[in-house]
Amino acid sequence: MNKDHIISSPHRRTMSGSQAIAEALLHEGASLLFGYPGGQALSIYDALYDYRDRLRHILVRHEQGAVHAAQGYARVSGKPGVVVVTSGPGVANTVTGVADAMMDSTPIVVIAGQVPATLLGTDAFQEIDVIGITQAISKWSYQVRCAEDIPWAIARAFYIASSGRPGPVVLDITKNAQIGTFDYQSVAVNHITGYVPVPVVEQAHVAQAAQLINHAERPLALVGQGVVLSHAEEELLAFLKKADIPSASTLLGLSALPTGEPLNTGMLGMHGNIAPNLKTNECDVLIAIGMRFDDRVTGDLGTYAKQAKIIHFDIDPAEIDKNVKTDVAVLGNAKETLPLVTALLHDAKHTAWRDSFKAPMEKETAAVINKEIYPQTAALTMGEVVHRVSEATAHNAVLVTDVGQNQMMGARYFKFKQTRSVVTSGGLGTMGFGLPAAMGAKLGAPDRTVCLFAGDGGLQMTIQELGTIMQSDIDVKIILLNNDYLGMVRQWQELFYNERYSETVMKNPDFVKIAAAYNIPGRSVSKRGELDEAIREMLGTKGAYLLEARVEAKGMVYPMVPAGANITNILTGDGAYGK
Amino acid sequence: MENKTLYTITIFSENMVGLLNQITVIFTRRGLNIETLSVSPSAIEGIHKFTITTFSEHEMVEKVVKQIDKRVDILKAYYNTDENLVFQEIALYKLPTDKLLSLGSIEDIIRRYNARILDMTEVWTVLEKTGHYDETQALFDELSAKIGVLQFIRSGRIAITKSKVERLSDMLAAMEQMLNDK
Repeated sequence: MNKDHIISSPHRRTMSGSQAIAEALLHEGASLLFGYPGGQALSIYDALYDYRDRLRHILVRHEQGAVHAAQGYARVSGKPGVVVVTSGPGVANTVTGVADAMMDSTPIVVIAGQVPATLLGTDAFQEIDVIGITQAISKWSYQVRCAEDIPWAIARAFYIASSGRPGPVVLDITKNAQIGTFDYQSVAVNHITGYVPVPVVEQAHVAQAAQLINHAERPLALVGQGVVLSHAEEELLAFLKKADIPSASTLLGLSALPTGEPLNTGMLGMHGNIAPNLKTNECDVLIAIGMRFDDRVTGDLGTYAKQAKIIHFDIDPAEIDKNVKTDVAVLGNAKETLPLVTALLHDAKHTAWRDSFKAPMEKETAAVINKEIYPQTAALTMGEVVHRVSEATAHNAVLVTDVGQNQMMGARYFKFKQTRSVVTSGGLGTMGFGLPAAMGAKLGAPDRTVCLFAGDGGLQMTIQELGTIMQSDIDVKIILLNNDYLGMVRQWQELFYNERYSETVMKNPDFVKIAAAYNIPGRSVSKRGELDEAIREMLGTKGAYLLEARVEAKGMVYPMVPAGANITNILTGDGAYGK
Repeated sequence: MENKTLYTITIFSENMVGLLNQITVIFTRRGLNIETLSVSPSAIEGIHKFTITTFSEHEMVEKVVKQIDKRVDILKAYYNTDENLVFQEIALYKLPTDKLLSLGSIEDIIRRYNARILDMTEVWTVLEKTGHYDETQALFDELSAKIGVLQFIRSGRIAITKSKVERLSDMLAAMEQMLNDK
């Protein structure tokens, strides 16, 4: 049926479909699975029992946790994360994570059991239409109905998940395909007709981009996750340095450049830094690299960078002109296209332009940053906790966040020295992402310290994963920024809904006791004087640790560009910037 | 429908289960209605051709077609406006035979509309007409006004581009070349 380019090994062995799943996973280089067994996955789990030494399986407490853990693993390691779940509710529980991985271009492969092919469509026990549900939120989803298709389907799944713009793949494998036997041959897929993972580079567009940049007086580069996904960090830096281009990063592009790099002027968007947001509407050439002009980055498109020529580097043609009309599109892999453009660039200095970033940065430091990380008030602030943890880890840790104020404070005040140091739910904004993603991140980067910042709301959405952390002994440092509110929603209510705090007040449990029940040591702090000592204790503890920081109840994340506003319409907490 | 043009989107794919859903969800997300839809095997064995018409703004149809083309299971998607296409729809009209005869001249209708009779009983007669929407509609309007139409059905549009060859063949050749170059 398919015309994929397939390389099969000549060795054949008779085995079940379930064994073939394990063999095919090994063939793809997988060594770690996140999952949860159930009725229609029993055969797969029976096979996995014989592969325990080669395929480590992490038993999560809820299937959503398995997907977020796989995402965390993929984001730090660059390898596809693998999830195994059962049919019906099992796979339904993965939907949020699959959608999250699609939005954030994260390579994962979800393998779901399904009822026997003969029962499909009959409303059988634990049957749902997996393909129908996941087609709109996955890069590819496919139902395997016979054992013979398993090696091909798994090879294809890994190829699709990890090639081009990465994304989630869902394989729905019927029970009969799992138990059927056949002659297994390992298979590799490296080409699918009609699928162009990396577009052909157009030299003319490379030249046009270089020409625009060479004539630019005020260039600004926007760095997205595409740089990280294509391992183009060095190529990016060479590009920026050659033409002396200041840059700023999207949330997911953070850590592609070290925080301390002089050409890195910070983060873009709603809670980004003032300077790059202002300069977006002052630059003459805007160079977007592996980013997709999300509305949280652009604000009102009608007033966004209208003065600038736009150059867009991307691997996905569907991103070109989707939100912002491009003057020059450089399609291809940034690792390949950036050096092609760099080679045509003149050495340039944009000293005055770069210096013009200083005043807004100083203003932000005075109006927002110093207040947040060196507060004069009694209560702990979220930003100071992030800042102190980042300092204590010498800015070498992996930052994992949940969603909300904790996420924005983490993104703003954690500092980075190495790439692949940020794991956060960007596009979908999934509360509950943090804890399981942190588990996956630690397993994907076992030699690095992994620090999770979560709020009291988000932590409780997937708090059951403390059980996974206990059982699998995963060393994640959990920093709970507890303000007894759904803080970001409360912030919006304060600013835009007349301080009517509708359903954002949380009556919370004793989190340290909860952690203790899972054999996870922890400590709660509310005084500034105890903070550093508690952080030291956390980092000095072998294994997981929960540090609860009782932070100010009504902390605010500033600066803030209201949703849908002009990107230069920036609130600082002292009114609008420059007004 | 101000500022909206009728676009004809042509999509090639292998005929896989759930393929149509992959396409329609992209229309759903963008809030676009499908005006007509026609699916059939193409000239290339194993490959099906979808022809979809939709009223849209140019920027929107461009984005939608890119999103469709991006799907792994889609071989190729592109769009055209009417001036680049030769296109046709087919319509069937079931009419009361007695009233049809009472019109006086069936020949007049058949000749003016270039229609033909497919089947006839004492009770009903089925006419067939191919043409553009306006043409099949004109016949429907006239028959409705004069004798009433018992049943009416119109197919989705099928279309052929005015360029020399089906573009998929070029694309497939290029893909094979890319693979050989690897």
